[in-house]
Amino acid sequence: MRRPAARDVAGILVASALLIAVMPMLIGTYTLTVLVIYGMLGLSLGLIWGFGGILCFGQAAFFGLGAYVYAISAVNIGESTLPMILAVLVTAGFAALLGAMMFYGRLGDVYLGVITLVVTLILFKFINTTAGPQYVIGKARLGGFNGIPGFQTLNVPGDPEAYIWGDQLFYVCAVALVIVVLLVTWLLRSSFGRIAVGIRENETRMALMGYDVAARKTVLFAVGAAIAGLAGALFANWAEIVTPNLFSLGQSAEIIIWCIVGGLGTRLGPIVGAAGLAYLKFMLGQQSMIDNTLIMGLVLVLFVLFLPRGLVPAVASLWRASVGRGTRRRPSRHRRLRHG
Amino acid sequence: MAETVLETAGLTMRFGGVTASDNVDFKLRTRELRCLIGPNGAGKSTFFKCVTGLLTPSDGHVFMRGQEVTGWHPHQVAALGVGIKTQTPNVLDALSVHENIWLAARRFFDPAEAGARTDEMIDRLALGPIARAELGQLAHGERQRVELGLVAVADPWLVLLDEPAAGMSAEDVERMTAIIHDMTRNAAVVIVEHDMQFIRSIAETVTVFHQGAVLMEDHVDRVMSDETVRRVYLGKKA
Repeated sequence: MRRPAARDVAGILVASALLIAVMPMLIGTYTLTVLVIYGMLGLSLGLIWGFGGILCFGQAAFFGLGAYVYAISAVNIGESTLPMILAVLVTAGFAALLGAMMFYGRLGDVYLGVITLVVTLILFKFINTTAGPQYVIGKARLGGFNGIPGFQTLNVPGDPEAYIWGDQLFYVCAVALVIVVLLVTWLLRSSFGRIAVGIRENETRMALMGYDVAARKTVLFAVGAAIAGLAGALFANWAEIVTPNLFSLGQSAEIIIWCIVGGLGTRLGPIVGAAGLAYLKFMLGQQSMIDNTLIMGLVLVLFVLFLPRGLVPAVASLWRASVGRGTRRRPSRHRRLRHG
Repeated sequence: MAETVLETAGLTMRFGGVTASDNVDFKLRTRELRCLIGPNGAGKSTFFKCVTGLLTPSDGHVFMRGQEVTGWHPHQVAALGVGIKTQTPNVLDALSVHENIWLAARRFFDPAEAGARTDEMIDRLALGPIARAELGQLAHGERQRVELGLVAVADPWLVLLDEPAAGMSAEDVERMTAIIHDMTRNAAVVIVEHDMQFIRSIAETVTVFHQGAVLMEDHVDRVMSDETVRRVYLGKKA
């Protein structure tokens, strides 16, 4: 984090420009789009867990909520700009309420996990029971386990006929991810971000310094949820249908695995973990020899055993060891994360 | 008469059937240096925790500069300008020395001012060579010094230190004594301590706790020669 901001930003811009140019030649944009969206979802948990120490078992709740808010408001409004904004704001608002309840209630980490897990379950169960015609919000029928199909998908702001789909949707999602990464970078460099990392390290000390830990955790939690909500809304546009499976526990667990495999405490790790594992799952889905959850489990176990800090931190220290040796020596900065 | 910066009235803390702090009346004047002593379990740390908001007292009141702060959260107490060091080291282990002190300064000053004060504090504590090192990898004495630094950098008017000399080398203690004397130019300081040698070197007025209550309160020399104190604290038979 000590690198100058300009270099950091330039690095992000160059790397993402290269990736946006090269990746479509290797993988179809349809698949790439969802990888980018998952990357954003991974980053949303990576931010609050890796930098804020908040282990949320229900990040899928915010992802699904963003998707549903988008779908419901898109059906009613018939244009995509406002629904996109609503998806982010409503999700953030919901998370702020939930977060305030948990953090001002001074719940321990375990209970925080349990509550976020249960909230996801409640949403999943509730949406599944809304098949009847009485469950309507405006013009949108919630549709129970069938979900909501046929809503207005992303269009050029102000022009509902100019749909953004296919390759264009990929570029929109990719640019959105770059913007989110830049915002997260800015946030982490700001006083707010540095204080959040301090809270991750030692809540008591930060409180004794005079920081209102509960308020700051609530805000960070809401920011993470807003990013997940944006990812959910983009996902709704990609899939063109939203179903209760978005809220499934499997989805929540996967987000956590992405962060562990990619590397906590980094911005890149959760994105790489999400895109990499989602692609692996996609490849495995094309064969029927072996069950893909088995492989996912194996990947997780291998990482926890052999690369407990995750892929990105491991590669980064390898890089520093081989390249950094010849040039200037810095005192080694082995980051150990402590999580309750 | 000098202003009273910290006052407790009838402060009582019960844990089930145990009364750890029993009806403590305590007054501290501005820029006063006060040591709290007493045998293990005398209620010093409980009193300390009630004052800092880490515990909510069962009964009684705490006032700071005339304002009632009973039942406040620690962050609210700290935000008044109270520097607190707990008994066990409470630092940010995965962050650098600089970041630790900067975060403490940032609470009360804008980023530029916080940066300047951080550099100044690092110089004053002779932490320059290890300013960018990760705190978790430093020696105990160095970490204690950093914690004292992050308390001092916020420019508090009341400083509460729970066993600051615990586990420190003689050289570290000497340096810390200097820092504490430095602090008393602007702040009232309360020190909870076991180390009698350290108390003798630094204290003026001493409050002795025994079984949750204040046993006596007087100049250090008179306290040390008092028969009752010697009996309960130093384990001498009368």
